[in-house]
Amino acid sequence: MPAHAYRRRPFRPAPEQQGKTGRGGVAIVGGGPVGLTCALELAAHGIPSTVLEEGDTVSEGSRALCWSKRSLEILNRHGVAARMVATGYTWNTGRVFHGARELYQFGLQPQGPQEFPAFTNLQQYLAEEFLHEAVERQPLIEMRWLNRVSGVEPAADHVRITVETPSGPYRMEADWVVAADGARSSVRRALGLDFTGRVFEDHFLIADVDVHAELPNADRRFWFQPEFGGGDTALCHRQGLGMWRVDFQLGWNIDREAEKRPERVLPRVRAMLGDHPMEITWASIYTFQARRLARFRHGRIIFAGDAAHQVSPFGARGGNSGIQDAENLAWKLAYVIKGLAPDRLLDSYDAERGQAADENIRITSRTTDFLTPRTPASRTLRDAVLHLAADAPFARALVNSGRLSTPTIHTDTPLSTPDGEPWAGGPPTGAPCPNLALAAPDGFLLHHLGGGFRLLIFLGEAAAVPPGIASLLEGLSIMPAPVIEPLLVARDAATAPVRTLRDGDGSVHQAFAAPTGAAYLVRPDQHVAARWRAPSLPAIGRALARALGMEEKA
Amino acid sequence: MTKHLSLDANIADADGFYERLIRLHDGLSEAESQLLNAKLVLILANHIGDEQVIAEAMELARKGLGEALTPTT
Repeated sequence: MPAHAYRRRPFRPAPEQQGKTGRGGVAIVGGGPVGLTCALELAAHGIPSTVLEEGDTVSEGSRALCWSKRSLEILNRHGVAARMVATGYTWNTGRVFHGARELYQFGLQPQGPQEFPAFTNLQQYLAEEFLHEAVERQPLIEMRWLNRVSGVEPAADHVRITVETPSGPYRMEADWVVAADGARSSVRRALGLDFTGRVFEDHFLIADVDVHAELPNADRRFWFQPEFGGGDTALCHRQGLGMWRVDFQLGWNIDREAEKRPERVLPRVRAMLGDHPMEITWASIYTFQARRLARFRHGRIIFAGDAAHQVSPFGARGGNSGIQDAENLAWKLAYVIKGLAPDRLLDSYDAERGQAADENIRITSRTTDFLTPRTPASRTLRDAVLHLAADAPFARALVNSGRLSTPTIHTDTPLSTPDGEPWAGGPPTGAPCPNLALAAPDGFLLHHLGGGFRLLIFLGEAAAVPPGIASLLEGLSIMPAPVIEPLLVARDAATAPVRTLRDGDGSVHQAFAAPTGAAYLVRPDQHVAARWRAPSLPAIGRALARALGMEEKA
Repeated sequence: MTKHLSLDANIADADGFYERLIRLHDGLSEAESQLLNAKLVLILANHIGDEQVIAEAMELARKGLGEALTPTT
């Protein structure tokens, strides 16, 4: 497989450089996975946006390689996920070694039929290429290459942006700015915002390797003190199109420039993958920090992805949390722009994704403390865990080579209505709905959720719509905007006036712990806002108001 | 009911236990001894399991050593 052909996109003068002035709209700074996902999500809500990207092509190197099930579920709305899975390398199991000895394997895929794998490995440049194709199909998105933001001035009712281009600077005014311009965010710098946190004193070598040989398919493999040498730890992933990605932990006192050279990289890679003909297509030395902005929302400027928060890469929590940021932000921005929700709804983006960032920082910092012990005592304890892991199952639970990305459950969000009754299971409020299989031809549950508010109503074994639910449906149909679309979940296609999802074997009822007549209110981002064993129209109305930021938390 | 750390004597043959503990380190280097102690802590802590009991044991062990701990975030 030859190295990726980075297609250079031409510069096109912006409308503002051709004498056109227009005000408003959403400006997204940064055309990486987070910015593009945000643009696509906004467009799905009917909101146009302009993406300002300083480069003229996609990201260099595989970077955000591992895309989680939740990211794939989100990107599936834009016709990208199936292709990512088809092109990427899918894995559901991780393997952990100490020296030559395999300590344990962990599985990541839940039971039952699944639409998407736990993870698919697709190099970031390919994920971006696929996203750009989706963007090109979307008339509501204007993609501006070679547009570098150099100034950002907030005003009361708009933001003035200065953009540098090959044919000189121009200014534009936007109603909203989404800063998705990465770890070195120019918007963050323009606003002079602090972005501090913990620096980890360790260097990692990362490389993309094109191996000209058929190697056995491999799940994620992680080594502590690998027997083939090369570093304190090593990580190997297979990528899409037969490429490989390797990471080696090199320590703090190294010569960064020297370690990047092919003559230093190749012996390490050969020791790991075998003596095959191979080519290094990208190599980089990185260190990492765990840090976040204190607030993600600054008036009309909202930060997402690496521009807002950074974590260590072990756990695939960078790119995947950025995709979830974009999803969380887009529907809120769309509802506020359409006048369906108050400005305050956007504060809940900071609350919810701030909680996610804190969680990701906490989890990845624990991983880093295990990989890079800071004191002799913590190194001794780490080594003790590794010694015990082969013999004692409990010690395997302590081995931390990365806790892989799972979607954050927004446990403390102001948008959720607390349960009024005890629930013996089911997705709690603040959690995304599971993507359960429905009876053919209904596909998977998440195909039917998202975009707007939905009310999942569980009919159980009932053959017809009970009178209580019939009057609820009637009430919903005359509620003022924003609309809640009811969806019945039934064993069979009921003769109902609304859409019915077929739960042939009752597994959806079971997963939602839903008795007959129960209902879940689901947000436009597929997260549960409220649930009732016996729903009533006033309760649903109050929960909707709260989910739109219209009500203070009780 | 929350369990608490018991500090009452609980090992019948106290001297015998202490001797075994010392002898366990015979012939080990300083680093190996450190590793052995760490493994023993992990094994026993897992056996106890109760987070409150373990937290109280940690607090007692740390008492009088170094500066006061800053709370973890």
